[in-house]
Amino acid sequence: MNKTVTFRIWRGDATGGKFVDYTTEITEGLVVLDVVHKIQATQANDLAVRWNCKAGKCGSCSAEVNGMPKLMCMTRMDTLNTDKPITIEPMRAFPSIRDLATDVSWNFRVKTKIKKFKPRAPDAADGTWRMQQEDVDRVQEFRKCIECFLCQDVCHVLRDHHLHDEFIGPRFLVYTAALEMHPLDTENRLPELKQAQGIGYCNITKCCTKVCPEHITITDNAIIPLKERVVDEYYDPFGWLWKKIRPQG
Amino acid sequence: MATNYETFDYDVLVIGAGGAGLRAAIEASAAGVKVGLICKSLLGKAHTVMAEGGMAAAMGNVDDRDSWKVHFADTMRGGQYVNNWRMAELHAKEAPARVHELEAWGAVFDRTKEGKISQRNFGGHRYPRLAHVGDRTGLELIRTLQDHGIHQGISVHMEYTIVSLLKDGDRVAGAFGYDRERGRFRVFKAKAVVVCTGGLGRAYAVTSNSWEGTGDGVSLAYHAGAELLDMEFIQFHPTGMIWPPSVRGILVTESVRGEGGVLRNKDGKRFMYDDIPDNYKSQTSTDPEEGWRYTQNDKNAKRPPELLTRDHVARCINREVKAGRGSPHGGVFLDISWIKEKIPNSAEHIKRKLPSMYHQFMQLANLDITKEPMEIGPTTHYAMGGIRVNAETQATNIPGLYAAGECAAGLHGANRLGGNSLSDLIVFGKRAGEYAAIYAKENPAANVSEAQVAAAYREAIEPFERPAGSGSEGPYQVQYDLQNMMQANVGIVRLQNEMEFALAGIDKLKARAAKVAVQGHLEYNPGWHTAIDLKHLLTISEAITLGAIDRKESRGGHFREDFPNKDPEAAKYNSVISKAADGSMKLRRETIPPMPEALKQVIEEMK
Repeated sequence: MNKTVTFRIWRGDATGGKFVDYTTEITEGLVVLDVVHKIQATQANDLAVRWNCKAGKCGSCSAEVNGMPKLMCMTRMDTLNTDKPITIEPMRAFPSIRDLATDVSWNFRVKTKIKKFKPRAPDAADGTWRMQQEDVDRVQEFRKCIECFLCQDVCHVLRDHHLHDEFIGPRFLVYTAALEMHPLDTENRLPELKQAQGIGYCNITKCCTKVCPEHITITDNAIIPLKERVVDEYYDPFGWLWKKIRPQG
Repeated sequence: MATNYETFDYDVLVIGAGGAGLRAAIEASAAGVKVGLICKSLLGKAHTVMAEGGMAAAMGNVDDRDSWKVHFADTMRGGQYVNNWRMAELHAKEAPARVHELEAWGAVFDRTKEGKISQRNFGGHRYPRLAHVGDRTGLELIRTLQDHGIHQGISVHMEYTIVSLLKDGDRVAGAFGYDRERGRFRVFKAKAVVVCTGGLGRAYAVTSNSWEGTGDGVSLAYHAGAELLDMEFIQFHPTGMIWPPSVRGILVTESVRGEGGVLRNKDGKRFMYDDIPDNYKSQTSTDPEEGWRYTQNDKNAKRPPELLTRDHVARCINREVKAGRGSPHGGVFLDISWIKEKIPNSAEHIKRKLPSMYHQFMQLANLDITKEPMEIGPTTHYAMGGIRVNAETQATNIPGLYAAGECAAGLHGANRLGGNSLSDLIVFGKRAGEYAAIYAKENPAANVSEAQVAAAYREAIEPFERPAGSGSEGPYQVQYDLQNMMQANVGIVRLQNEMEFALAGIDKLKARAAKVAVQGHLEYNPGWHTAIDLKHLLTISEAITLGAIDRKESRGGHFREDFPNKDPEAAKYNSVISKAADGSMKLRRETIPPMPEALKQVIEEMK
């Protein structure tokens, strides 16, 4: 069932670029990344594209396929309409490096600003801890994150409003939630969440949850509980009063 | 000339940021030296993320009969006794502490009912031994090390590729490379260098390795004068995806079999029961019912033959396919869905135990593994051989040069047990970082000569300066031809004349690689990167082939149809490869030092 398809790929860099059409023949069972690689090997040796594992585990090949944020390695060709050109463009929330590769270094800088894991003293004499599976299920969900940054790409606070200096984005709210809800962690990250990390900017449109290739329920399980913690800490008048009058010591 | 390049100055430079490299960098920086870390990709994307099953450590959380002695004996048996016994001993003794350390750094392993780190069964391990997180243990390992490491003051260089090591006389002096984003050349001066570049599966057509697995570190070290060890031992993982074609080679974790998955041929027969090697007979069930109970943690049951060592299972699959009993696309069937006969809610159980596998098949192959069997076949997975290192310090024969992880050799002998790789990374990554830092503290800065840097630059830039046309070609065709040749002639079943054909073929490909021309610019240019990687692929392919021709027996990952049996004499040596003064590749056999009585006794006790 060989078929000829047209890929309309964005070529360019930080100074600008344009879509270029490549027509190639595809066979059964391919994913978008295979076709991009075929074009790279046969028609455009210098086409820049990030990829590593090709199995949806490393989160490198994020791009926008027909306008939808996707991992190219996990997007089967038979899920797309191949009668029309298929557009492939880089993640638009990040600056371009070249072609499909974007500058995602902002994400790595943000992470270093989040306070690291700080465990309680070990539970057992041999220096180990005890945790029940049901107490770590939620954290394990967050730790499935492969850092593809598709959630950051689709978040309107970053994509449309460019508030990169005031908001850390869904990925790092999930990261913070994993730390805050870790049964062993003793650190408090609520002051930064409220201030520098701007959790209030999220208005729960759930776009991030929709595009997550690991199916992490980002908004419901991570962001909303964190928002609740911030509200309880800073905006609850009864809580505020209680903290003022409770017996000290 | 060297002054023309931006230069970074470190005490310890770690090349490679997978599990071993990150662990080495963390240890070195904890020792108080200045550390640079080179990532070929973005931080946290290294091939370690692909490890699924777990990391082996004899903690005895699930079965308290386990101990370092059993783990040591299992590792030696799996490696068929050509392992570096001291490495196997250190690994078995230190792995539990390294795993606990990960928990202290934030890793969240699956738990036992008592709240301890859970451990699962895996091929070749006598007791449940693999600490795991579902089937994404590698991701948990790399993320834990990454998230800990970013607070350690390590300088991280992402998307940099090293093209050659620099030396000052006999000792290492640093490395020369480029950044992928802009194609700018960089000099990294360092007192000590740790090579942690991982695997070399990209020398083969069917592999579980990503584009990065081009054996860079092994080749860089070899060209700098380091010795290589046992390059002939390549692990072909028995279960890779084979359909659809685009996913050919991608790994299907051994945990599928650990959780009760069985292998069947097209006639529905569980063929693994037909061929159980003598040295595993006492540990292997002959009754499917008993095998099932083993996978459900019945301490009195023996393991099913699907969980024999990877080399053996891969050859049995190969045999079924060649005998015409394979599946439609040239593999065999791996079935976990059958457990619905045994447990209620089996679909939910499978999704919880093997979530990545469920999604991988659902999304890439449109197949529901809770309902249907998978089609699988062997895939090039792991190099047991690599850079020769000292067991205690991970030092190579070049002063100041260290290696750890897959690119180093010794621990796994002729065949690696599943789960022993992740533990290898943290045990020996730590040791490499520790001893590299000591070396850096005890030695003055090395000098980097401008001539050396200029030569490295010339070599890297050459592909742009060759005129297109007139006998030149692009890099991809040369790479494909090499991969297909290695797959066909130095693969899972080997023959003298085929390997000699490959060796001659490598010479021809070297001549073609020397004429490869690339177009365009230095910025993010994958064609150019492939042209540079070709040198590494050709170097390691030659080493694998030389080793495989020399070893006239079958052992572990090295199977020769013309010498199908083990030769007891060949158990006494390792093959050592080095670069001769005339630039040619030379192989010699070196006798394995005698094992201390105490360790011999451990092996006897565990037989």
